[in-house]
Amino acid sequence: MHMSDALLSPGIGLAFGAVSGGTLVYSAHKVKTTLDDHLVPLMGVLGAFVFAAQMINFTIPGTGSSGHLGGGLLLAVLLGPHAALLTLSSVLVVQSLFFADGGVLALGTNIFNLGLLPAVIGWPLFRVTAGKKPSPARITLASTLAALCVLELGALGLVGETFLSGRSELPFGPFLVLMLGIHLPIALAEGLITAAVIGYVYKLRPEIAHRTFRGATEGRRRRSLTPVLTSLVAAALLTGGVAAWFASSKPDGLEWSLGRLTGSEKPGAAEYPLAKRLAGLQERSAALADYRVTRSEETATSGAEVWPRVDPEITLSGLAGAVFTLGLAGLLGLFLARRRRDHPKRGQG
Amino acid sequence: MSCYEADRLDRIAYGDSPLHRLDPRAKILATLAFILAVVSQPKYELFGLAPFILFPLLTIVIGEIPGRLIFRRVLLVSPFALLIGAFNPFLDRQVFHHLWGFDISGGWISFSSILVRFALTVSAALALIATTSFPSLCQGLTAMRVPRTFVVQLLFLYRYLFLLAEEGGRILRARALRARGWRGRTPRVAASMVGTLFLRTLDRAERIYQAMSARGYDGNIRQLRRLSFTITDGVFLVAVAVSCAFFRLLPVTYWMGRWGRDW
Repeated sequence: MHMSDALLSPGIGLAFGAVSGGTLVYSAHKVKTTLDDHLVPLMGVLGAFVFAAQMINFTIPGTGSSGHLGGGLLLAVLLGPHAALLTLSSVLVVQSLFFADGGVLALGTNIFNLGLLPAVIGWPLFRVTAGKKPSPARITLASTLAALCVLELGALGLVGETFLSGRSELPFGPFLVLMLGIHLPIALAEGLITAAVIGYVYKLRPEIAHRTFRGATEGRRRRSLTPVLTSLVAAALLTGGVAAWFASSKPDGLEWSLGRLTGSEKPGAAEYPLAKRLAGLQERSAALADYRVTRSEETATSGAEVWPRVDPEITLSGLAGAVFTLGLAGLLGLFLARRRRDHPKRGQG
Repeated sequence: MSCYEADRLDRIAYGDSPLHRLDPRAKILATLAFILAVVSQPKYELFGLAPFILFPLLTIVIGEIPGRLIFRRVLLVSPFALLIGAFNPFLDRQVFHHLWGFDISGGWISFSSILVRFALTVSAALALIATTSFPSLCQGLTAMRVPRTFVVQLLFLYRYLFLLAEEGGRILRARALRARGWRGRTPRVAASMVGTLFLRTLDRAERIYQAMSARGYDGNIRQLRRLSFTITDGVFLVAVAVSCAFFRLLPVTYWMGRWGRDW
């Protein structure tokens, strides 16, 4: 599932963007320096392959619902972590622009959930479980295990990002259970189909599969695992740190729910200079806007649950303003469109 | 999700309008500024999002994009945003607005806000890709120091996307001819189809690589057009950024409302 801009707070979006972008730059460097340029057209075409493979739907046995391959794990297994991360990220960029699947700001979170996790978790897990000379059963076991881990971790990422962004009311625990539950059959199907595709390739063109599996034991690849794991740990730490930092600067995010849980207001806001400055900016902008309900106002008067100040005057102003603004925007659009029609440009077509 | 619509968007992107002629970097940064301004609105802000409609609207008009295409895409709301947002009205029942005898809970406000945010951010992304051809977008990314390997990857993906989608369509048609209804759509058959597609793709990649090597491919894709960030691009970017900040920080909607009611 793709994270959407609509559920994201800017802090979380930018933090995950920084983590994913940094890893992407590292992987691009790695692909450029260690792999032959032979791989680049292959990566590009395999990215397009993911789209085509997602068109091929099938009936999930027992449920009657329709499913298709995600392809993240398959690419990770066949391409190795760095090339797979680049390929999956490019797929996500195109999905966000041409297909409106996942937002532009949400790209960082989506690359993290759907690209980084298969590459740095799924790939080593598959290699270790499948071994050097895998039997069909070993391949099935390995890909199911890897798919389970990757997709459930992706679901965890999705829940974490949504929760930290604070746009949804869903409490963390039940939300996590719900998403993990939804992803369980998806992960099983993904694992089995991935295994079947790898098995098919293995049967028809053993040399391709051999190249893939032999790569697992080559020293060059093995050594390249250490920086990957290091960057994963760094990414996790950075995510935790940056996310907490940003979340505490957003009054409607984590802090709000924390405040709700503990009954205290603004936990530790004073410790973060940026948070203080942002809060100051917000208060100043709110001072300009005496028509807007602000949290700082509410915490100043009392700490208790009076936050939504019910005031029909504000509501009516807002509603009328929205209608007015939309009407004016529409009129402007119509005016411009008409002017364009009256004065057609030179050389239409 | 349909490739047909993506293909149409792609064709529109090669059009010629004042927006199409702008530097891709200016458009990428302006889109980011717009999305950041929309997304950073507080959770319960609904009416304050109204002025932002100006940007997609003006893009459609000035960029000469068929509005229906964007509108249709926006209507196909992302199931995830809808699903997650739809819980808000049930979980947050605190009265937030009181209007003409009706109590409107905060949950409904935040849910509506999520839907409006979705429409705005999605139309911003579509507006970007409808006014910027993918190769020039990639050129902009290169100029913005995105690693060349990744940009080349994007260009390759774009080049083969529609081609392989057609290949996938052919495989699907072959199955539809041989299996009636849902009977043939077992996971096993689908896996063989994906495997076949994969092997064909590998062969294609091999041929492409040989053809490109024969023509002197060295890992870079060269483009004839040079980018130049002109004053027009700068004015456009500043105008978008300033008006986004204006709509974000000042209660424009509420001023409009007061002005409208006084008037």
